[in-house]
Formats: sequence, C-alpha cells, structure tokens
Amino acid sequence: MPAPLLVPALIGVVFLVLPLVGLLARAPWSQLPSSLAEPQIGQALRLSLVSATLATLLSLVLGVPLAWVLARSTIRGRSVLRALVTVPLVLPPVVGGVALFLVLGRQGLVGRWLYETFDYTIPFTTTAVVIAETFVAMPFLVITVEGALRAADARFEDAAATLGADRWTTFRRVTLPLVLPGVAAGAVLCWARALGEFGATITFAGNFPGTTQTMPLAVYLALQSDPEAAIVLSLVLLGVSLATLLLLRDRWLGRSGTPAA
Amino acid sequence: MSLRAHVVVQRGALLVDVDLTVADGEVLAVLGPNGAGKSTVLRVLAGLLAPDGGRVAIDVPGGELVWDDEDRHVPAHERPLGMVFQDHLLFPHLSVTDNVAFGLRTRGARKAHARTTAQDWLARVGLEGFGDRRPTQLSGGQAQRAALARALVGEPRLLLLDEPLSALDARTRLTVRAELRRHLTAFGGCTVLVSHDPVDAMALADRVVVVEDGVVVQEGTPSEVARMPRTDYVARLVGLSLLPGTAVGTTVALDGGGRVATGEAADGPVFVAVRPETVSLYLARPEGSPRNVWPATLVAATPHGSTVRCDLDGEVPLTADVTATAFAEMGLVPGAAVWASVKASEVAVYPR
Repeated sequence: MPAPLLVPALIGVVFLVLPLVGLLARAPWSQLPSSLAEPQIGQALRLSLVSATLATLLSLVLGVPLAWVLARSTIRGRSVLRALVTVPLVLPPVVGGVALFLVLGRQGLVGRWLYETFDYTIPFTTTAVVIAETFVAMPFLVITVEGALRAADARFEDAAATLGADRWTTFRRVTLPLVLPGVAAGAVLCWARALGEFGATITFAGNFPGTTQTMPLAVYLALQSDPEAAIVLSLVLLGVSLATLLLLRDRWLGRSGTPAA
Repeated sequence: MSLRAHVVVQRGALLVDVDLTVADGEVLAVLGPNGAGKSTVLRVLAGLLAPDGGRVAIDVPGGELVWDDEDRHVPAHERPLGMVFQDHLLFPHLSVTDNVAFGLRTRGARKAHARTTAQDWLARVGLEGFGDRRPTQLSGGQAQRAALARALVGEPRLLLLDEPLSALDARTRLTVRAELRRHLTAFGGCTVLVSHDPVDAMALADRVVVVEDGVVVQEGTPSEVARMPRTDYVARLVGLSLLPGTAVGTTVALDGGGRVATGEAADGPVFVAVRPETVSLYLARPEGSPRNVWPATLVAATPHGSTVRCDLDGEVPLTADVTATAFAEMGLVPGAAVWASVKASEVAVYPR
C-alpha cells in the first residue's frame, strides 16, 4: 500500500478510536455498578430511550410517505421540497431549537393558538423533547428511505397495477415490503440520531430531570459537577450506540444484502 | 373486432402513431426494432402510460368500454387485463402461489379461494408443487410460466405480452414458446404480443403488425410478412434480400441500379425479394442459361449451422447461403470477387 494513503488512513483511525479508548481507560469500573444504580441515571436513560423511540415512530409515520412523495410522485417543485426536507440535516441543532420555540412556544405562531384554545403549552415538556428529536432526526429516515425507493425497481409497481392494485394497495403490498430493509436502516439511523440529540432539545425543551433531561443533557450537566458520573453516563450511551451499530449491520443489512442508501 | 386502439404518444423525438385492432381469441404480434415505440404502445394499452391522443376501447358484453380518449384515462388497475413482462417481475417477497393469487386478492377474492385458484393455475402451467417457493428459487422458464399464470388467473379481457421469451436461453425458449402457444390458443380474449424476434411472432401470432419509427409499416399474416417483406428491417428479420425497383414485364430495373429477371410478370413500382439459399456463388462468370448474373464482392461471412451466410456488395446487394464445404473449396475470404446467380423463377416480385 502506498504511504501517502496508508499514513493518513492510520492517523484517521487513531483519531476516531483514541477518544473512545480514553473513555474506557478513565472509566471508574469499580464504582460502575453503584453509579448505574443511581436513580438519575436510570431516569435519564429511560427518558432518552422512550423519547427517541417515540420520535422514531413519529418519523416513520410522517417520513416514509414523505420519502415516497420525493421518490415517486411527479409533483412540481420536488427538488425544492427535497432541499427543504434536508435543511435540518445541516442546520445547527441549537438553531432548530430556537426555530421550534418561535413557532411552538407560548408566544409562537402555532403555540399561542394552542395555549389560547386548549390552554396547552409544548416547551419544557417531554412532548417538546420528542418534537425536537423528530425535527433533527427525521431527515435521516427520509433520505435513507428515499434512496431505497429509488434503488427499488419501479417496474414491480407497474406489474402490481396491471394486477388490479391501486397505488395505495401497491404501496402496502409491494413497494413497502421491497424497501423494508431500507426503512429499517433509516429507522435505526433516525433513532440513534434522536438518542444523541442535544442542542435542539436543551433549547426547546430545557433541562428538567425526569421530564426533559435526556442522557446527553445529563452528561453535559454532570461534567460540570461530577466528571466521574459524566464518564459513566457516556459509557452507557457508547454501549447503546455500539449495540445499535451491531444491530444495523447484522440484523438488517447483513441478512438482506440491501445497501442502505 | 374487439380491441380498437389508435395510440398517439410523443416520446422525446419519436412520435408514435399506431392503429391496432384485435379480435377476440386473436393474437396480434407487434414486431419492430428496439426504440420503434412498440413497448410504448403496450404501456398505453395497459394503462401505465396516458397517451397524448387517440382512443383505446374494448368490447365487453353489452357494449364498449372506452379506456382512453380526449377526456378519459382509465388507470391500469381498473382495466381487466393481464400482462407478462420480459423478466417476469414476480414479486420477490411473495411465494409463487401468493404471486399468482395477487391479482385475485386485489380484485376482492377471499384469501383461501384466491390461493386455491392460484394453485389450479400453477398446475395448468406445469408448476404443481412449486407454489411455496420464492421466485428466486425458480428457473427462468419456470418463472416466466408463473408470470403467465399470474397474468391469466384473473380471466382478463386483454393479455399483453412484452418480449415474454427474450430473457430465456435458447433451449428454454423453445419449450416455453410451445407452452405459451397452447395457452394462447385456449385464451378467449384479445392478445397483443410485442417482440423483436420474428420467430416468436411467426410461431405465436395470427396477425403481425410491423412498427418502425413509431408507425405501422406492414401488416398481415405471419406468412405474408415472411414471404413479402416491405422494409429492409423485416426483410433482414426473415432473412431475405429486399430490392425495390420498377417492373416492366418480367424485368425489374432496380432503384439502386442493375436489372433482375423474374418468373412472374409485373408492372410499376415493385419489391423484389431473394432468398439467400437460392443464390449461387461462382469464382468465374457461369456459362449457360441463367439470366440473373451479377459481379459482387464478398464483404462478410458468418457461419450459420452447416451453411455460411455471405453478405455481398455490388450493383445488386444480396445475401447468399452457401454450404460450408463449398465455401471452403472456393477459398472465399472477405474482399473476394465473385459472381452471384439466381434463377428467375426463384425471385419473388410484388407491388410496392
């Protein structure tokens, strides 16, 4: 192998892996069981898992149809629509949080109406956490599923149409089963992104233990007061992330052999 | 007549404008080169593509069903038709039985009934016991038979076949073609077959329509088309040399120069068709009676079973089939100067 490629590649690997090694090296292994048993950690972990899962479900319900529209429909302005959908991918999450606050906050466009009509406010609730995570994570699902739809042979849909299936039936019975590996991969990516969400969450939902303090927020807070606890929390997140990666590789991508966009 | 279609579609630079009629029980083959617009016509008939003009209508008991006209486009899923695609397009996530049952289920049949009917059809196409397999576990011929069962199971009014045999290897092709012929004979509705292979068209169709550059250039029974091609494309397909010219009695002055003597008399613009096996090659000008003798240059030679197909260039461009032995004995190589001869009685002549 030529050195101009090999050397930067090795440095790259070290750069990516070294921080994780550092995390493992500094971990207070002996206190780990007792630290993990602390109620705040369990609380934050449970909140993170629940809100990330809800955000993923919401993204599936809205994002799969959106991906279908982007991949299959012939509506005008489709490329503009795709650009709009991908904005949250490149937008700093904090900005997303501010934007959500301006729309859904008590003085916001929709939020004021919600407050005046139903006496309901979204910010600083678990609902706000789910909304912030969905906002940031859903584009990952949409992009992945759209890629899978484009890669799938649309002629199967023609065949279904000649067999009497309307477009909805075709979507349910042919298209969706064909791109299921892509949907699964997109959902996992979306879930992982939601799990790690920090900026939009802390801006839009705040940092209240039990209702809006997810794991990343807890890590950040703990780092300022109790670095040991921050390491423990980080280890937990690392474990969950690695488990997700393994699941993604072996469960879905490995077995079906379908690339995830 | 049962299916009447006038299909007008603009596809990029190609304007497709084709008139078709198919009677009940009749098999119409649409023959043409790639890019001639024949698959476009089929997609319009299927309802997968809305035409830019024209009209598509089919007779049903008690009247006529208009599928396409100026202000109507009935989508594919509302048309009682079945379609077989080139590479079968069986749904990979469903078993073979569920594939065949698919069209019954979408049209409201109960699951158990749909599966029973599907299994009956699988037996009819010789796939008994294959129902639980996935499409990927079938051979090419088996998959295409399953695709045929899937298209026919709903008892469609119209059966569309898009190059149904061209993805199969030569041996499988023979058996599947014979089976397809049997099922088409038994099928009471209209059938439109699209192919670029004349053998498929000749073996399966009652009538052939040749489409080139979006328009019909010839129409007739398979034997009419094979004996009297009207374009170079058809002539090449059926292996004839086609020479346009003007006839006076038994002599035809060819448009490209040269004269051909014919057995039958004709007058005015004609086509002259010469079968390759009737053309003889000589190294020296043959002595004796033949009236048709032309000097030529051998430009290409391709082995074809026990014969060699020789493409000749000269005043009268021809194709000749000579036996491999004769080819070797004459020591022919591309570029060789030869004399080509054909008996006047072997030359077909028909009006343009």
